[in-house]
Amino acid sequence: MTTPSGEEMPIASSDDVVRVRQVVRAAAAAAGLSLVDQTKLVTAASELARNTYAHGGGGAMRVERATGEDGRKGVRLVFTDEGPGIADVDRALSEGWSSGTGLGLGLPGARQLCDEFGLRSEAGGGTTVTVAKWTR
Amino acid sequence: MDRVPILKIGDVLLVSIQTDLQDQTVLALQEDLSERIVATGAHGVIIDITAVDVVDSFIGRMFATIASMSRLMDAETVVVGMRPAVAITLVELGLSLGGVRTALDLEEGMRLLGAGLPHAGPAGSARPARPGPALADGP
Repeated sequence: MTTPSGEEMPIASSDDVVRVRQVVRAAAAAAGLSLVDQTKLVTAASELARNTYAHGGGGAMRVERATGEDGRKGVRLVFTDEGPGIADVDRALSEGWSSGTGLGLGLPGARQLCDEFGLRSEAGGGTTVTVAKWTR
Repeated sequence: MDRVPILKIGDVLLVSIQTDLQDQTVLALQEDLSERIVATGAHGVIIDITAVDVVDSFIGRMFATIASMSRLMDAETVVVGMRPAVAITLVELGLSLGGVRTALDLEEGMRLLGAGLPHAGPAGSARPARPGPALADGP
């Protein structure tokens, strides 16, 4: 269940990665997440935004207020790109595996930091990552 | 792009991060710092992250890289001022920064480096330190 309103912003440069952090911080605070949970969500968003920019060739993030299945309120983020996609999703989600110059913590780290995590990708077909964090 | 200023206090280079770090800023800081270490012969580097509210894996790796790099150039690095929420998040992210020395604040960091703050006592003598890790046994 999701509120229809949401904000979408482009991720086309590393400047946008910084803006993503600021937008997500504001949304997480507005949704009433604790300081620690805000920090976790912003950190996850930073990892995912960098992936969108560096591996996906740029894309967008949508941020929306949402309500979880158990009725808890929170924030959901959807990162999309039209990049080369992830050929082996399982491997990309395993800690320590990196396709490039990273530490291999981006995707598994973001999953660890959030309450909800979804990844849809196919080789050549772009990538969509959805994460959410709920109030406690 | 913002550049992070590097200040010199005695034998120590002080980097106080006050901006929202962009990746290029992070990379530039690594280069600037290595040059300043060589140019000044500094034996300590303090990275103050009191004002930093997010450390992701890229920024965290920068701390580790700076620590390794400066060690090769005979300088010890201490990261000071990490916020509790940042520490909790880093551990959950899987980035424990095992090779990076930390201190709660700038004063403790200076003490860890055997430097002491300039106002803390007569020139050249460190303020009487509380028992703690000594500088000399660095890895």
